[in-house]
Amino acid sequence: MTVALIVIAAAVGILLGIAAGYWLPPHGRLAARDRPRPVRRILLPFSGQAISRRSFEAAVRLAKAENAIIMPAFLARVPMNLPLESALPVQCARGMPLLEAIEQRVSSQGIAVDSRVGRGRSARDALRKLLEEEQFDRIIVSADEDPRAGLSYDDLRWLLERVPAEILILRPGPEDDRRISAGAVNGHF
Amino acid sequence: MSDEAPAIEVPPLTAGPADQGRGHLKVFLGMAAGVGKTFYMLREGHAEEEAGRDVVIGLLETHGRADTARVAEGLSIVPRLRVSYRGTVVEEMDLPGILRRAPELCLIDELAHTNAPGVEHAKRYEDVEDVLANGIDVLSTLNVQHLESLNDHITELSGIRVRETIPDAILGRADEVVLIDLTPEALLDRLRAGKVYPVERIDAALNNFFRIENLAALREVALRQVAEEVGAKRLTTELLGSREESLASDAPQAVGERLLALVEPYPGAQRLVRRAWRSAQRLGAELDLLWVRAPGQHLSDDNERSLAALRQLASVLGAKMLEEESDDVAAAVAEVAEQRGTTYILVGRSRPARGLARLRVPLPQRLMQRLPGVDVRIVADRSRRASSEQP
Repeated sequence: MTVALIVIAAAVGILLGIAAGYWLPPHGRLAARDRPRPVRRILLPFSGQAISRRSFEAAVRLAKAENAIIMPAFLARVPMNLPLESALPVQCARGMPLLEAIEQRVSSQGIAVDSRVGRGRSARDALRKLLEEEQFDRIIVSADEDPRAGLSYDDLRWLLERVPAEILILRPGPEDDRRISAGAVNGHF
Repeated sequence: MSDEAPAIEVPPLTAGPADQGRGHLKVFLGMAAGVGKTFYMLREGHAEEEAGRDVVIGLLETHGRADTARVAEGLSIVPRLRVSYRGTVVEEMDLPGILRRAPELCLIDELAHTNAPGVEHAKRYEDVEDVLANGIDVLSTLNVQHLESLNDHITELSGIRVRETIPDAILGRADEVVLIDLTPEALLDRLRAGKVYPVERIDAALNNFFRIENLAALREVALRQVAEEVGAKRLTTELLGSREESLASDAPQAVGERLLALVEPYPGAQRLVRRAWRSAQRLGAELDLLWVRAPGQHLSDDNERSLAALRQLASVLGAKMLEEESDDVAAAVAEVAEQRGTTYILVGRSRPARGLARLRVPLPQRLMQRLPGVDVRIVADRSRRASSEQP
C-alpha cells in the first residue's frame, strides 16, 4: 500500500513537473505577454554617417521614462537616375554599421529597439514615406549645423507643420562634436 | 600606350568535344576607358600573326588615340560596313565580310556596343557569337560597368548610368578573361596627359566619371569580377571536366557563395539580416532571406510591421526575401537551400524552448544533418556583450 502511494505520488509529481515545464517559460521569467508592453514609439531618423550623441541620449532618457521603443531609422537617398525600388548597397555600407551601433547601445541599456530603413529621393522623402506607413509618437532630430549631413532646416519646418507626432528638435550645441558613428559597433560588423 | 598595365589572366578552360569547331573567345576586361584594353588586344594580335596565324581586325575603335592607332599598323583590317540610319550614315562592323574573309583570329573591339538598326544583330556580342560559331577565334574588349548585373551597383557608385550592357553569361562563356589593371592615379595621369580623351573633353571627364573614388570603386569591382571568374572556372573544370557540361548545367557551385539567413518577423531579425548582408558583401555573395511560416499562423500587428520592415530592408540591401509555409522548419530550409544553391546558412540565437520542445534537437544541428557541406552559423546578439562596455 505504502509503495503504491509513493509510486502514485511520484507519477503525479512528474506530471505536474511536465505541465509546469510546458506552461511556464524558462528560468521563471515573466512570459513576454505578461510583461508590461512598451506603449510609445520614438523615431530617431538619420541619413549621415553619424548621429549626435545628444539626440541619442535624449531618445534613451525619454524611452526609459516612458517605457518606449526606440526606432532608429536610416534614410537612404535614391539617385534620380535609379528606380525608387533600387537596392542601395553603397549607402547601406555606410548606414548599416551605424544602425547596428545604435541598436547595440540602445539594447545594452535595456531599452527595446526596432530599426527601420526608409528610402526616397531625399532624406525628407524617405522620412515622409516611413511616416505614411507607420505611426510614431515622438520624433527626435537634431538641428545639425551641417544640414547636408541630414535634415535641412526646411525639412525640420516641414516636420513641425505636417507630421502628427511630438517633434523634439535639439538646437545645435557645443557638444555636437560628440557623435555616435559606425566605429562604435561592438565586434567586427 | 607606353606605360604598361599589369594583366591578370584567367586560365582557359579545357575544350570539350562540343567545342571542337567553335572559336576561342578571349576578353580584355578593364575598369574604365583608357586602361589599355585595346592596346593589349592589338599587341596580342601582332604576336599571333608573328607566330604564323591569319589575323584580321574586325572592328577597332581608336577614339582618336595616336598610340592605339600606331599599334594597329601592320594588321589587316576588314573595312567597316556603312549603314544609313535616320538620314545619317554610320559605320558598323561588317559581319558578313569577316565571315567571308574567314581568318583564324579576329580582333573585335568593344563587346558591349549596340549596333545601328539595319545590320544582322542588335548587339555586337551577338555578332561575336556568329564569328565564334564559324570557328574563328576572337579577341575582344569590355569595361566592367557594361556587365548587366553590375549596372545598378556601378550607377550608384558613379552616378552615371551606362546604357550599353551585356548579359553576364557572355563573359562567363569566354574561354579567357584578362584583367587590364591600372591604379586610379596612373589612369588619371594618362587622362590629364591627353592619352585617353581629346583635350577638350578632359575637364568634363575629370569632373564626372573619372573621379578617383569612382575609379577606385570600379577597380575593386573589376578585380572581384575576375577573381570570381577564376573561382568559377576552377570549380567547373575540376567538378565537371568539360566545357559543354559546365555550360549546360546550372551549377550553383560555379557561382560562388550564396548565403541564406533565416528570419522571423520580430525586431531582432533585422540585426541578423544586417550581419548576413555584411558577410555576403565580404564574400561577394548573393543573400537570400527565408521566413518559414507555420500553416495558418496568425500575425499580430507588431509582427506585421516587423515583416514589412524586413521586406523593406531586404529590398534596400538587394537581398531576396523568400517565404515558405511549413510545419517542419528544417525540411523547408533544406529544400530552399538545395534549390538556391546555398553554401552558408545564418540563424539567430534561438528563443528558449518551452515544454516538450526542449527535448528536440536544436535547429542548427538538424540543418547540419540535412545539409552536409553547407556551413551553418549562429549569429550572436552583440548587444549582450556590449552591455558591460557601454558608458
